[in-house]
Amino acid sequence: MGNYVLTRAGYSVFVLWGALTIIFIAIRIVPGDPASLMVGTSGTEEDVAALNRRLGLDDPLPTQYVQYLGDAVRLDFGESLWLNRPVGEEVAGRIAATSRLAAVAVVLALLVSFPLGMIAALKRRTPVDGAISIVSLIGQSVPSFWLGIMLILVFARQLRLLPSAGSQTWQHLVLPAITLALPLVGVLTRLVRSGMLDVLYEDYIRTARAKGLRPNVVLSRHALRNMLIPVITVVGLQIGNLLGGAVIVETVFGWPGIGRLLVDAIAKRDYPLVQAAILLITATFIAINLIVDLSYGYLDPRIRVR
Amino acid sequence: MRSTASTLASASPRPGEPHAATTETADPARTARGRRIRSERLRIVMWGLPLVVFAVAAIAGPMIVEYDAVQVRTGDRLEAPGAKLRDGSRAWLGTDQVGQDLLAQVLQGARVSLLVGAATVALAGIIGLITGVVAGYFGGWLDTVLMRLADIQLAFPSILLAILIAAVLGPSVANVILTLALTRWVIFGRVARAATLATTEREFVTAARAIGASTPRLLVRHIVPSTLPPLIVIATVEVGLVIIAEASLSFLGLGSPPEQPSWGRVVANGRDYLATAWWISTMPGVALSLVVIGVGVFGDRLRDFLDPRS
Repeated sequence: MGNYVLTRAGYSVFVLWGALTIIFIAIRIVPGDPASLMVGTSGTEEDVAALNRRLGLDDPLPTQYVQYLGDAVRLDFGESLWLNRPVGEEVAGRIAATSRLAAVAVVLALLVSFPLGMIAALKRRTPVDGAISIVSLIGQSVPSFWLGIMLILVFARQLRLLPSAGSQTWQHLVLPAITLALPLVGVLTRLVRSGMLDVLYEDYIRTARAKGLRPNVVLSRHALRNMLIPVITVVGLQIGNLLGGAVIVETVFGWPGIGRLLVDAIAKRDYPLVQAAILLITATFIAINLIVDLSYGYLDPRIRVR
Repeated sequence: MRSTASTLASASPRPGEPHAATTETADPARTARGRRIRSERLRIVMWGLPLVVFAVAAIAGPMIVEYDAVQVRTGDRLEAPGAKLRDGSRAWLGTDQVGQDLLAQVLQGARVSLLVGAATVALAGIIGLITGVVAGYFGGWLDTVLMRLADIQLAFPSILLAILIAAVLGPSVANVILTLALTRWVIFGRVARAATLATTEREFVTAARAIGASTPRLLVRHIVPSTLPPLIVIATVEVGLVIIAEASLSFLGLGSPPEQPSWGRVVANGRDYLATAWWISTMPGVALSLVVIGVGVFGDRLRDFLDPRS
């Protein structure tokens, strides 16, 4: 088990290094130079040169790369050009807001998709199953930026039940969380359904039924536990889409999270901030997948032994 | 020698191979099966009809309902769907804040979505096919490097990588295609690699190699064809995802350029008018959702058809 943890952790560090490198390359292949884009048409050549010096962009690329990796390891993301304060401070508060939204969305998605998927599996090839599969297809297909706007239109503008933007109260959380959760509901419902169908016809389920366990106990103790691993894997991978979706959803609902910060930073061409925001979201995703991988050992004792 | 190799290969069972039915019609015992496959194929085509409607609307629509980016008709601004405009024509989907007809914009947007969806998936598919087959067939350090690169890319939420690249490249339709192809090739690469690994072990490949088929011939005639059915299924799923990704980028102002109406851009444009003109944001989103649902349904049927186990 110790070996397994070390290998997985080491691999995560490698992937994080790769991600850092991709971000480094992407930001530096800008056609034209970023400093003149940031200064804009009003700036003089001296302004551009000064900004280049300040960002270290006039150093040779290998020097920049070493500097960049060193800063990232020390979690020193430099200073935001737009907000005029250290990027680290700004980003920390924002990631908390995004985590709150994402956590509520994941819980919501699990609460909806597990019952739906199990009902669909138990009522296989009935109209109920068909209806649920249509709902999950729609959940996966409707783009979140549009769904968010439609929810604002109906619940904020027409019915005036919920606020459309901001983050002050729990009511502010409702519409963004639903918008963020819906695609996940679509994916998970399908997965829970097929996972249930895979285990329902196993011998141990028949044994459990035959020895007279109540159907609820068979489902929760025997069926559910054995289909958890594939479901948890997909939840882990879907967190990536969720974090990406958060960029869109936060923009629609004015949620003060890291995603909206990223979109604003891109509009302002604030590269230190863009770099830090993307890096943090990616690092979060990598960390979650590491936790998911390590949780297999807990869920499935066979993996622990290996 | 060469013709023997290809006969051997085509005689081996390959589910979903398009020529399977036609070569089997000679055998009376199998005509019933051939008929069943044909009727199933007809059903697949039926499920694809909504997508044909979308493609026709995207190609022919803008020729019928003209759109002029610079034309501003303030007298006709924010008209509701079905309203009669001052020049006597009807705006079936309403008009926006500068009096532009929404139907014309939705049809323009269909063009962008179709173009980006098709071109991106083709480009990503080709990149993925080549890297996947090369990595799977040759193995070794090349395989390691390519697949580790794929792993690193998958560490990014894909829309995030797209936002980063699109922001760097600037808004244009060509850049969106390039951006999304760069972020989506990985899935094609992985599937092509897995199919290559499975096929390389098959007898018809060994047989072809044994009678002296060259490596390029093995790859092109025997390995690549067997990777296509799974890739086609992935491609239909990806078309839907790519269309949504393009719309999301355009919604953020990073996709299509301002003078080119796309579904994402028009939805964003209507956000400031939700209280007075709900139709601006609503109409393009309805079109977008219908197309993506259509792609999803078609993809499901196609997968069932090409993969008999499911």
